[in-house]
Amino acid sequence: MWFFRAPHIVYGEDALSYLASIQGERAFIVTDANLVKLGVVDRVTEPLTEAGLAVDVFSEVEPDPSIETVTRASAQARAFHADWVIGLGGGSAMDTAKMVRVLADRTDLQAIDVNPIEPINLSGRVKLCTIPTTSGTGAEASWPSIVTDHSENRKLILGHTDSLADVAIVDPSIPAGMPAWLTADTGMDALVHAIEIYAGPWHNDFVDGMVLQAIKLIFEYLPRAYRDGSDMEAREKMHIAATMAGVGINNSNVGLAHALAHSLGGVFHPPHGRATSTFLPYTLQFITREAPERYADIARWLDLPGDTPAERATALIAAYKQLQRQVNHPVDVRGLKVPEDKFYVNLDHIVEAAEADGTMFNNPRIPDTQEVRRLFEYAYAGHDVDF
Amino acid sequence: MPRFPSQEWAVAFKDALNTSKNYAEAARNWEGDFYFVVTDIPGQGDPVTMYADLWHGQCRDAYIVDELDAHRPAFTMTAKLPTWRKVIEKKLDPIQGLLTRQLKLEGSMTTIMKNVKAATELVNSLSTIDTQFPA
Repeated sequence: MWFFRAPHIVYGEDALSYLASIQGERAFIVTDANLVKLGVVDRVTEPLTEAGLAVDVFSEVEPDPSIETVTRASAQARAFHADWVIGLGGGSAMDTAKMVRVLADRTDLQAIDVNPIEPINLSGRVKLCTIPTTSGTGAEASWPSIVTDHSENRKLILGHTDSLADVAIVDPSIPAGMPAWLTADTGMDALVHAIEIYAGPWHNDFVDGMVLQAIKLIFEYLPRAYRDGSDMEAREKMHIAATMAGVGINNSNVGLAHALAHSLGGVFHPPHGRATSTFLPYTLQFITREAPERYADIARWLDLPGDTPAERATALIAAYKQLQRQVNHPVDVRGLKVPEDKFYVNLDHIVEAAEADGTMFNNPRIPDTQEVRRLFEYAYAGHDVDF
Repeated sequence: MPRFPSQEWAVAFKDALNTSKNYAEAARNWEGDFYFVVTDIPGQGDPVTMYADLWHGQCRDAYIVDELDAHRPAFTMTAKLPTWRKVIEKKLDPIQGLLTRQLKLEGSMTTIMKNVKAATELVNSLSTIDTQFPA
């Protein structure tokens, strides 16, 4: 038994105008200060006001949002008596918004109480709309919220399958202004999602087709969107691909590159997409030494060469590395600006956090503790994985 | 071949965990005992409960309990016999089992969510037990 869930997805140019038709009284926007400054929040407030909703804004979401930020935003939403929570931003804002919706509805809970195992029994009184401003995180279409616990220097996967948005608005005009580096970070994040989902033990027939198409779109359109941010066809395809991969996360799970990136991120806080992108070739090399078949499928779908599953998987890794170079992404952990001395001082903690990460188990080959450590060391030094 | 659930199987469970290097590693920080409750056993009205004392990568003890009051374990996991069979035979991922409520878990979810790999290795150890199931 398993489920397939997705929010109601409104997509394409002008999708944002859908907000003028929503039914409600009080909309609470969860976002970050930069999007206020860029005028993106105004673009969302306008149709909400047109729809007759009162609007309040929480614009203090930071990259890698903390439990404290979630708690503060939730308190403001409760005081405002919000009946809509609007998550506007990248993964950090939308992940925070997902938690805020749950905590605005279930005023008896705290953030740490919201887990995927215990039913949360939402009343339906507070609805959630997610609006991605980047093309990559997929958080608009997935239930988990990645929240940083500063007391333990680690990221937690909070949320419940019921914390999924009611509506996701995927309007490519919103991310059109992203700088090239952010286009690369988020686009590569979406690609890592799609590859890990397709290869992971939780993959399923509903999701397989969706993430395969997302992979193809990203290989084709990310270089274009990176080179020319005004290429609206590329922007739209990337925005859709990211959401498709997000639906994949919602109904499957990501894997080892995420476990490594989450644990490194809990200490050093590199941009999430850049970190997952950096780790993926190493985790693919590790996994495909024993289980190349699903990666070979992807390679075949992309018309990459190879006569055997191992050869095709190797071709996929090569194609991925080529894409990394095209978008000027780092190829090792040094490139994430993690100082060597601090990396090794923190390595025990990072290894432990990676092993405890909720995505560690969702892999065709699960590393033991020593292998996790070696993966970090190889990824730091930029060595091909040979174990 | 031990029959599931039984005292003989509980001993095999303890041995499987204590000979698993992967479990010892993954659960090295784990502190918390369990009740594993098996319901819907053919021809048997009452559920069977197994107690397991899990401590820092080792199973210190495991046995069938007659009275639920015997312990106040940190966690209680309950499922029907066919569900346990799927988990032991690795036909059901335990995390997916929990998410779909085929496996019901009581206790600190925060602790569980921070120790997913330990839980996974625990189940991997179960699957090494050559088990006989009631028809």
